Amino acid sequence: MSPLPAPRELGARALDNLRYIRETMERSSTFTAVPGLGGMAMGATALLAALVSSRAETNAAWLRIWLADAAVAAAIGAWALHRKASRAGISLLGAPARRFLLALAAPLASGALLTAALVRAGQWHLLAPVWLLLYGSAAVAGGVLSVRAVPLMGAGFLLLGTAALLSSPSRGTAYLAGGFGGLEIVFGAWIWRRHGG
Amino acid sequence: MRRVAPAAARPPSGRTASRSAPAASVRELDRLLHERIRLGIASALAASETLTFNELKALLGTTDGNLSVHARRLERAGYVSCQKSFRGRLPRTEYRLTAAGRRAFERYLDHLEAVLRHARRRR
Repeated sequence: MSPLPAPRELGARALDNLRYIRETMERSSTFTAVPGLGGMAMGATALLAALVSSRAETNAAWLRIWLADAAVAAAIGAWALHRKASRAGISLLGAPARRFLLALAAPLASGALLTAALVRAGQWHLLAPVWLLLYGSAAVAGGVLSVRAVPLMGAGFLLLGTAALLSSPSRGTAYLAGGFGGLEIVFGAWIWRRHGG
Repeated sequence: MRRVAPAAARPPSGRTASRSAPAASVRELDRLLHERIRLGIASALAASETLTFNELKALLGTTDGNLSVHARRLERAGYVSCQKSFRGRLPRTEYRLTAAGRRAFERYLDHLEAVLRHARRRR
């Protein structure tokens, strides 16, 4: 029988095993394939939408621009997510990805419903704060199961949404530019630097 | 092939390990979990309720053969359960930690902590 290792060596091995367990548990339960560059691209399209929509002559034209941007940003986000996940060998049908996407989906679906209801009621000025607040809720909820930058970005959206709710309706587009443009680009860059892609 | 005795059946030594000598701690360490891939499988399943074979393979960065051998050992010991099904035409194997597996995993963590405490006291 081989001699037993010294206590110090045993301790080092135990520490190494504990680290391995922690890392494996973290990787198994969090969804890390959030795209950084994709987020920055989504932010850039939002800045463009803000610029174009600030010149819109009617509320309906303003809404059409933002809905078009939402569709483009969703396509970019989905493509970037898929690309980063497949490069990392992470399945989008796996448990961590499913939980992350489900957490995002509920507030986003509520946002779509509220948009339709607010437009029908003619409450145009509430669209910007509601979008910011619900997108922030989605990021905070999904972020619980993802990297730290995601819930922090969500908190930023919640703050901006609250500020938009309390300030003049004419500043709605500026708040959207700050959130969907500014915050997306800043946090996208952070994710890109810290977590790649 | 030799059947592995379920380590879950061994007397739990949990917290008491902190008082025992390091030699005893090492002997008491669950040999089944004291292997990287098997420890990885148990850790991953302790954090995520169910994982498929492919998810575990990507997570642990191992090969089909290696994962399947180690997963089978854990399964035979009653630490993990495995459910096979089809998604479309593709076979799908899903693993989850059993109650005995979770207890063994927690006991293993207790042992690691005890070994660490002992090593620190001796420094």
